[in-house]
Amino acid sequence: MKAMVVVRPKEGILDPQGDAVGHSLRKLGFAVSSVRVGRVVDLELSADDREEAQTQVQRMCSELLANPLIESFEIRFEDE
Amino acid sequence: MTDRPLVAVVVFPGSNDDHDAAWALGAVGAEPVLVWHQDAELPADVGAVVLPGGFSYGDYLRTGAIASVAPVMDAVRGFAAAGGPVLGICNGFQILCEARLLPGVLLANRQLEFVCRDATLRVESTASSVMGRCSLGQELVIPVKHGEGAWYADEGTFVQLAARGQIVLRYAEDINGALGNVAGVVNEAGNVMGLMPHPEHAVDPLLGSGDGGLLLASLVDAAAMHRDALTPA
Repeated sequence: MKAMVVVRPKEGILDPQGDAVGHSLRKLGFAVSSVRVGRVVDLELSADDREEAQTQVQRMCSELLANPLIESFEIRFEDE
Repeated sequence: MTDRPLVAVVVFPGSNDDHDAAWALGAVGAEPVLVWHQDAELPADVGAVVLPGGFSYGDYLRTGAIASVAPVMDAVRGFAAAGGPVLGICNGFQILCEARLLPGVLLANRQLEFVCRDATLRVESTASSVMGRCSLGQELVIPVKHGEGAWYADEGTFVQLAARGQIVLRYAEDINGALGNVAGVVNEAGNVMGLMPHPEHAVDPLLGSGDGGLLLASLVDAAAMHRDALTPA
């Protein structure tokens, strides 16, 4: 089973990386008012069903893939 | 057993201040021993643990995140739970936060620049086993060198930590955007501390400052006390 995890800086958390990217985009002439940079984690996992996979990935996110203090995450499954 | 308390310095792939820390600990009276991150146990008679600075696991995912789940961290967690003094320096501080042994997290410096300079710190609390030789309000000059050193916690946590004396060190000026200019925090029990500045780079006035030696010597005092408590004469 394939899953995709999108991790984002939480709203209100300073994202200097996003600010720098926004600055560069504006320098290139793009009218961008805000940029936030997160990360995507693609996973292949062995789980019997979607529910079990959801539980597994949820745990992966809270234990390692995201820091709940500063990041939010979203889990998407790729249907076969 | 020597009179010098054994202090473990954990070596992660990418640690680069491990030998500096070991040297500095030796200079202030400890018997340093390097412990590999894959080791599941600490040496039996160890009195304190230092997580050194560097770029463990290339800062993959988030600084300190991968190291926080290394095999040795279970042993460090157990050691801390038993009251053993633990000090995280720079990347070590990031690791302790990611391991949730310390509150908060270290974000990228607000100015997005690596900061490398002497920093003046103010002692805000001595409620830590690593601050025994420091006094309240004392100013210490200790160098910093980090790109992700802006300590952050939510407002409620921050207020609670300040009230409990868990904010131990603050920068005298804003150097990286850290909330409340926080440079170092300690856990509620007072035995696990982390700071971004590098005390191991400030143990000799000839090289700029000896103030870091105060912190490390305090840790060595705590290591001796912890060892003696475990092995009564």
